[in-house]
Amino acid sequence: MELKKNKLHQTPVWWRRLKEQVIEKFFLVHGMLAVLILMGIFSLLFIEGFPAFKALGLKSFFFSTKWNPTSFVQESYGILSILISTLMVTFGALLIAVPIGIATAAYIADVAPPRVREVIKPVIEVLAGIPSVVVGFLGIIVVGPLLSRLFGTSNGLNAINGSILLAVMALPTIISISEDAILSIPQEYKNASLALGANKWQTLIRVTIPSAMSGIIAAVMLGMGRAIGETMTVLMATGNAPAMPHSFLDSIRTMTATIAIELGETVQGGIHYRSLFVIGFILFLMTFFVNLISDLVLEKYQKVNR
Amino acid sequence: MIRKCLLTVIMLSLLAAQGFAQGFIQIKGSDTLINLVQRLSEVYMEQNPETMIATTGGGSGVGIAALIADRIQIANASRPMKDKEKTAAKENGVMPYEIVVGIDGLSVIVHGDNPIGHLTVNQIGKIFRGEILNWNQVGGPDMPVSLYGRQANSGTFVFFQEHVLGKKDYSARMKRMNGNAQIVEGVLADKAGIGYVGVGYVYDDAGNVREGLKVLKVARDLDSEPVDPLNAENVKSGKYPITRALYQYVNGKPTGEVKDFIAFELGEGQKIVEEMSFYPVAGEYLEQNKKAGF
Amino acid sequence: MMKINWKKMNEKLGFSVLRLATLVVIFILFFIIYDIVSKGISSVNWEFVTDKPRKGMTEGGIWPAIVGTFWVSLVTVIFSVPIGMFAAIYLNEYAHQGRIVRLIRLAIRNLSGVPSIVYGLFGFSLFVLMLNFGLSVLSSGLTLGLLTLPWTITASEEALKTVPMSYREGALALGATKWQTIRSNVLPYAVPGMLTGTILGLARAAGETAPILFTGVAFFWPILPKFPDALFKQFMALPYHLFIMSTQHHEIVKVRPLAYGTAFILIVLILLMNTVAIWIRYRFRKKYKRI
Repeated sequence: MELKKNKLHQTPVWWRRLKEQVIEKFFLVHGMLAVLILMGIFSLLFIEGFPAFKALGLKSFFFSTKWNPTSFVQESYGILSILISTLMVTFGALLIAVPIGIATAAYIADVAPPRVREVIKPVIEVLAGIPSVVVGFLGIIVVGPLLSRLFGTSNGLNAINGSILLAVMALPTIISISEDAILSIPQEYKNASLALGANKWQTLIRVTIPSAMSGIIAAVMLGMGRAIGETMTVLMATGNAPAMPHSFLDSIRTMTATIAIELGETVQGGIHYRSLFVIGFILFLMTFFVNLISDLVLEKYQKVNR
Repeated sequence: MIRKCLLTVIMLSLLAAQGFAQGFIQIKGSDTLINLVQRLSEVYMEQNPETMIATTGGGSGVGIAALIADRIQIANASRPMKDKEKTAAKENGVMPYEIVVGIDGLSVIVHGDNPIGHLTVNQIGKIFRGEILNWNQVGGPDMPVSLYGRQANSGTFVFFQEHVLGKKDYSARMKRMNGNAQIVEGVLADKAGIGYVGVGYVYDDAGNVREGLKVLKVARDLDSEPVDPLNAENVKSGKYPITRALYQYVNGKPTGEVKDFIAFELGEGQKIVEEMSFYPVAGEYLEQNKKAGF
Repeated sequence: MMKINWKKMNEKLGFSVLRLATLVVIFILFFIIYDIVSKGISSVNWEFVTDKPRKGMTEGGIWPAIVGTFWVSLVTVIFSVPIGMFAAIYLNEYAHQGRIVRLIRLAIRNLSGVPSIVYGLFGFSLFVLMLNFGLSVLSSGLTLGLLTLPWTITASEEALKTVPMSYREGALALGATKWQTIRSNVLPYAVPGMLTGTILGLARAAGETAPILFTGVAFFWPILPKFPDALFKQFMALPYHLFIMSTQHHEIVKVRPLAYGTAFILIVLILLMNTVAIWIRYRFRKKYKRI
């Protein structure tokens, strides 16, 4: 021990400084890796997808509803219907998950006694950990038949099924982030409301939740990002018909499912292969902006509450 | 310390990577063939434990694309290679050889309660193109037709499109299922459903047609007699209009364990082909296989 | 008088709505677990866990899928844990608030939102094709490693944050350099927290299907090569096995018990990992409260 200490003092200062510098740079490089990977994904998707864009033009991607890259007659790469299907099933999922999610978050953060909270929080974490393929499996076996009986349709592989499953996948995100937002509202706000004669419910509805709104919006955005990007559940349970959907009872095919189904089939470097990277690129941009918005909202509200 | 371990692992694995070509066959492709080839490889590996075979699905297109890229040894396909694909293969320096491992009668199935018993190829084409929307247009009850088909990466999808739909597009409302079996399940549960599957998928364990399922007889045109695909002779003789061969493609004339495996498939394996409710190779296809050295 | 009663009623009603929503969430989880466990447990036995699939995958077990999932997860952890740890050390110990840190954090948050199928595309293009790792355990593991990286970073950072500032100040005051301080006075205390993050990341990786779809998973691959060799081979995996057993198999109804059995093993594995992680964190927190 003594010896080691001596040694420490014998090393010249400049050497120690240099060593520290190198170590710091080493860690910095690893930190920057996250940025690098993000940029790598962006550029690789772009490079792989761009030739398809160039060959086909913006118009044939965004203003056509016909996705049929393997047609004998006329190959077409219109992503409008799969884009709308993605948005539709996401919207349906949020319709289910947002009210339930926010109510649960409010309950955990504001109403539940501490002991109950200790039980519910792990439940939500475990729910977040259920693999999507298991949820999709139950979508085929349990939710599908149930829906077909409920709506009298001939099958249950449709947009509602997808929405329900996606809601399950998005719930944990929405709950945990909304809960953080509600918890971060200072007690003084609530006390002021209570002192004015409002009861706890009124305080929650009129003071706490409105104050936490930006955090809740961020939570909803993140949940939306998850729903947009989910693959296995929709691949398994929505029937994958690439037609423009007319109702929630129609079978739909999302962007994620299209990639999953078709990537393996394509000849590398061909237009079809590249057009799937275009879909991937658009998906990436969609989730990127959804995340960015939630980021900005969160940042703003953190500043306000500080 | 951790990093040292890591480095060692990586170095070791790089060294080990050199020698993995021996006794290793990667097979990929058609979902129609996957269960058959899986069974074949399972039995083959029991007899030849030194050979390792990995089977992967994904669709005929997937397998052929992988063969073109020279990433696998055998591609399963439930349709012949397209000219476009052959050109792409040549450009990549891959010489595909075609082998027929079995014959399949593609059966058109409806729900057991559906009174329709037979259709013409033309009618089926119209139904799947979305030109016939209601069962009453072909003499059935008044209910909208609900279509079940495969995904575009499936050879069944392409074959059916070529031979029944006249190369025209499928109705965009057709549900694209992940596998043949899922189509069967869909139609079983759907009174208005119609789908197409390999004939092997319509039977239960006892070798009877699944309860609640009806396999349609198909007529070439209005003047000819509807033919039943469940009768093996009809399929083998080509009397049934939607008969197809099940293919495997290899790069170059097969040698070594790939040759051994294919020889097994075409010999002893034909019994398994029958067990899986496909039909053994016969007639002109035998001649064709001779070209690849079998 | 009436008004107050109405107000109270309103509160009660409101709270019951919230409670109901919470119960729905709990019900969903318990339904999933109950359904899988009750229908899956009967097909699970020693043979199911230790045998390979037999008779055209209508009998036998799922051992190769378990092993495959294990190898892939191992590659994932070896790749993402050190990087995640180092990045977290930078963010929590070295970095000063500024543009670079904001950029890194932005990147991390966005990476965690990138759809898993997009990681699949990226992994296919980068590892399978460009780096020529082919369809293999390595390609899949690295792809999943990228996917789990944002969580490993976040979890490691959380763990570092829980180490009290005074620990660092003590060492620095004694003349230790920053790195010496981190090594001797910070890391040892942050390890349990990092472990939690690692295990949670592992659980996530083990359940993912979309990223391995094009990067190496096989329908049937019952051989189990020795370790380094296995890295460059295809593999079977539990989540993919469940996928094919429920959508692509020859007789999906007949093999449904096997599919349920696979789901059961997968769920149990993941629940087990989650429980261990939550338990470690719980103990860890308690310890610090006492200090």
